Amino acid sequence: MKIMVAIKRVVDYAVKIRVKSDRTGVETNNVKMSMNPFCEIALEEALRIKESGLASEVVAVSMGPAQCVDTLRTGLAMGADRGVHVEAAGQLYPLTVAKILKSLVEVEKPGLIILGKQAIDDDCNQTGQMVAGLLSWPQGTFASKVVLDKEKQLAMVEREVDGGLETLELDLPAVITTDLRLNQPRYATLPNIMKAKSKPIKKYTPQELNVDVKSDLEVIQVTEPPKRKAGVILSSVEELIDKLKNEARVI
Amino acid sequence: MIKLMDKWRITNHLLKHSSKLLFDRRLSANSHNSVFRSALECSESLVKRGFGNASTIRYRCFGSEATKFERNAAFSTLNSEDVSYFKELLGEKSVIQDEDVLLAANEDWMRKYRGSSKLLLQPRTTNEVSQILKYCNSRLLAVVPQGGNTGLVGGSVPVFDEVIINMGSMNNLITFDKGSGVLVCEAGCILENLVSFVDDHGFIMPLDLGAKGSCQIGGNVSTNAGGLRLVRYGSLHGNILGLEAVLANGDVIDMLGTLRKDNTGYDLKHLFIGSEGSLGIVTKVSIHTPPKLSSVNLAFLACKDYFSCQKLLREAKRKLGEILSAFEFLDNQSMDLVLTYLEGVRNPFSSSMHNFYVLIETTGSEESYDREKLEAFLLSSMEGGLISDGVIAQDINQASSFWRIREGIAEALMKAGAVYKYDLSLPVEKMYDLVEKMRQRLGETAKVIGYGHLGDGNLHLNISAPRYDDMIFAQIEPYVYEWTSEHRGSISAEHGLGLMKANKIFYSKSPKTVQLMSSIKKLLDPNGILNPYKVLPHSLSSH
Repeated sequence: MKIMVAIKRVVDYAVKIRVKSDRTGVETNNVKMSMNPFCEIALEEALRIKESGLASEVVAVSMGPAQCVDTLRTGLAMGADRGVHVEAAGQLYPLTVAKILKSLVEVEKPGLIILGKQAIDDDCNQTGQMVAGLLSWPQGTFASKVVLDKEKQLAMVEREVDGGLETLELDLPAVITTDLRLNQPRYATLPNIMKAKSKPIKKYTPQELNVDVKSDLEVIQVTEPPKRKAGVILSSVEELIDKLKNEARVI
Repeated sequence: MIKLMDKWRITNHLLKHSSKLLFDRRLSANSHNSVFRSALECSESLVKRGFGNASTIRYRCFGSEATKFERNAAFSTLNSEDVSYFKELLGEKSVIQDEDVLLAANEDWMRKYRGSSKLLLQPRTTNEVSQILKYCNSRLLAVVPQGGNTGLVGGSVPVFDEVIINMGSMNNLITFDKGSGVLVCEAGCILENLVSFVDDHGFIMPLDLGAKGSCQIGGNVSTNAGGLRLVRYGSLHGNILGLEAVLANGDVIDMLGTLRKDNTGYDLKHLFIGSEGSLGIVTKVSIHTPPKLSSVNLAFLACKDYFSCQKLLREAKRKLGEILSAFEFLDNQSMDLVLTYLEGVRNPFSSSMHNFYVLIETTGSEESYDREKLEAFLLSSMEGGLISDGVIAQDINQASSFWRIREGIAEALMKAGAVYKYDLSLPVEKMYDLVEKMRQRLGETAKVIGYGHLGDGNLHLNISAPRYDDMIFAQIEPYVYEWTSEHRGSISAEHGLGLMKANKIFYSKSPKTVQLMSSIKKLLDPNGILNPYKVLPHSLSSH
């Protein structure tokens, strides 16, 4: 069985982001970009499934500008067997990504698709669900535990939901999106980085996959949230009452 | 000259034979005896501070290391008039006599040294510092300048009842030039806050150390702090463009220049950089900050022996050249300690079969170029057998977790029990020999670990024992210092002398040099009120 993992190149989680002065988006020039943390977890899970003998191949897919290849190389260094890069300029929204993934599924025919539950740049949390919808495949989102049964062709997925943990059984092929507590991704070791250099990355364009990237969404403006005011240390109860009365006007 | 050597020999003699010292001494309220308490009192104080099962807490006293020195009788004792004067000068809020606050301020981070000061002052301006010192000088009240109190040689806490002058309230940023990157700020600014501030403008601080969350820039300057980036950005002597300091008599010396080059007269700021508060109190600092470069890469590597680490360093300096920004090493025992005592830390390698670990960081302006350069260097080192395994951090989180391993060793040591800490500069080829020698000498009685800034030839030798023990201590000192001296190393690479090594300076500096230091001290602080008993040998401060 083949596993397809979608990985996204985003601004590194630890970077302090800034909004561009023209308010069209977030500053990405000269900013450290890395693999989306949830995508890392998705890839790690796919690799573990393969290492346990339940899958034969892990294919990492990424969409976007040429630099996506760096992120794919990281994925290959972690242990993915092959990479697929769909080169496209401009912003790709979840529906477009889902459509491209559907086209790739028709080419690659994986038995399982694993994605991160959301990307940390747009926090959409939509792609996995949309792919499942387009393919009419079952979905197990926010997975915190995944157990495959090869004979019965099932995936048992434990999901983290607001009320607690929900366990689902999915018939394969299926779509799974990963949550934070699913696993701890491995580091890219030097021997694997070396091997990754010779692993193939296949290139596609959206046109070749018959997908129109024109979106129905347009970003009008991006602004920072209002700055939080600093707290004040008071020295007496009288001062506190005075401030509550006259400044905050709550008493 | 001969008299000086005699004095040194006598002091040394006292040091060697004062082991039975203070274990039976009880510290009475008015005692002018040495700071080190008896076991019982230490345990008591630890229980008071919530350390529960005090009988299992080993008292952290260094009886045998202390000299039998007494409080200098020439210093006055604080009285209520003094306190009233300070209250009028600084306002009630800045004059602290609260027991709990004093308890913390009297003790260093390692919980090794404890003073008995009754007063803590928090000046908010240079003028206040000046007035305080003027008064203390006239009254012959000894003082201790205190910053973040993260020093490791007992230099930041009182030995007896010195007045603590805490610089934490002077934490204003004065100016920042976004073009040149010159930052001017007050001495009480916490390093991490400065790091965040300049980061917003695209710059970084030229120094980085594990204590950055608490240490203050004034303290960093006064101790000439080294840290993780020295191999790339050099020491503070090069990065500090100017400073403002207050002398013992209250005179404010304004050398707060912001110029990269200024060869007008003797460059006196260098006297205050590294003199550990014994020549003056630094109140403002002007520091040159390098631009923040976008491409930072971090690799965590495993080597099979120390020789490979050395060779790797040589190769890295050559092949990585201008992008190398940190080169640290730690041995297997350090890794074990960190994995055992720290939460949320994991070994980047699945097997723990490696003997040495090296952290290499590169900083440059071109991500893909730097990455290629680093990967090529590491792969060829691996093929050449210098590295047995390695990982490269793929994002900032992974990089932080690698740094946590190296930066967390000191913390892990504290949790493991008693620690004897040594900070030595040695020729790189010889560095690990000392660690192995100490292992031979101590056998099963203690754990010896070695780690440090291999890129600067700086070894942090630490001996971890379940409790402080004179037998263990006797195996360590003076052997460590003698060994270092024989190899023409420094007995204090970056930690300074403080109280711990005040009488050890002769292992690394000649008597004439030390005599000259003493003359300078007498010139700038004739009454010796600034941070007494520290830095220079006690034999030299006879009044």
